[in-house]
Amino acid sequence: MKVEIDGKVIIVEKAPTVLRLLEKLSINKESYLVIVNERLVTEDHRIENEDSIRLVKVVSGG
Amino acid sequence: MKCKVCGGTAVISLKAYNNALCANDFISFLENRVLKTIQKYRLIDVDDRPLIAVSGGKDSLSLWHILDRLGYATDGIYIDLSIKEYSQISLEKVKSMADRLKRKIYIFHLEEVFGKDIESISRIIRRPPCSACGMLKRYVMNKVSLDMGYNMIITGHNLDDEASALLGNLLYWKDEYLWKKGLELKETEGHLSKKIKPLFLCSEREMAAYAILNNIDYIHEECPFSLDAKSLVYKDILNRLEESSPGTKLQFLKGYLKVSRIMNIQRKQAMSYCKICGYLSSGDICSFCRLMERLGVKNDIKFHEYKPKKIPS
Repeated sequence: MKVEIDGKVIIVEKAPTVLRLLEKLSINKESYLVIVNERLVTEDHRIENEDSIRLVKVVSGG
Repeated sequence: MKCKVCGGTAVISLKAYNNALCANDFISFLENRVLKTIQKYRLIDVDDRPLIAVSGGKDSLSLWHILDRLGYATDGIYIDLSIKEYSQISLEKVKSMADRLKRKIYIFHLEEVFGKDIESISRIIRRPPCSACGMLKRYVMNKVSLDMGYNMIITGHNLDDEASALLGNLLYWKDEYLWKKGLELKETEGHLSKKIKPLFLCSEREMAAYAILNNIDYIHEECPFSLDAKSLVYKDILNRLEESSPGTKLQFLKGYLKVSRIMNIQRKQAMSYCKICGYLSSGDICSFCRLMERLGVKNDIKFHEYKPKKIPS
């Protein structure tokens, strides 16, 4: 499955839920929000193969 | 996951509050949290004239939007540090929000006054760019506020900004900064505008979610000078703690507020002011005026006004 993260598209092995996807990518749940099919979703959201997935970083420096 | 208010589909889980909310209930929750912070700490009075410092990022633009929704009429100030595309894109986002809210912005272009960008200036004064940026921004925001008749500056510093700064100050026991944190910096008549931080108890994650749910167009790119910032390391550490123990960041800051209040440790220090401009200074002349002298700049601070088509009377 394709996942957009920090403006780049990466290929990831299918994950059943958003939580599993974040775990596979070793991403902290506090640092990113997950958008599936243009909608903000919670960690228990089930992911389908054809879904468009975007991870939005929430941490900024300065 | 279901919304704990209405039972609809939740879009965000808030483990620090043992809560999960749908889009509408989350927006109400966050706006109400900002309102309660303003009221509890008496940050804004009805007759105040606030000016918000906007960077084009999620925090300041979302805060501007929230203040407007809460009925606090607020104009903006944007400081263009001439960081190539980053500054141009940021300014576009700020103008877009000014149009949406029908509020004006004061814009200060660094290169117009100094003929140099922030990188060159930081080399000249031998300070890291982030330190030079902070010094210039604090000065210009204060100057515009005082000159244009505003009595307070609002910034979008959030819970993560404050917690990471506090952690940094604690780790190195920076006693001179340690007890200066807080939601409010009092004004000094004729010298300093009051400064407030209504997002002190709102996390970055909450602010990003608010921006997304309200279609707020903010700059996602990081400032090129902050990529190696230590604050990012502290934020990462705090987020790991937060993930394993939800509510840690909030308790860290709430505890700090309580301790500093109970111990009355916000010590009053003798203030001295610049002989040229009257701004706060540790010596006879402030850092900004020293920079002006060093570069032979004789112009006064110039800024532009950006006015949307319709401004409420």
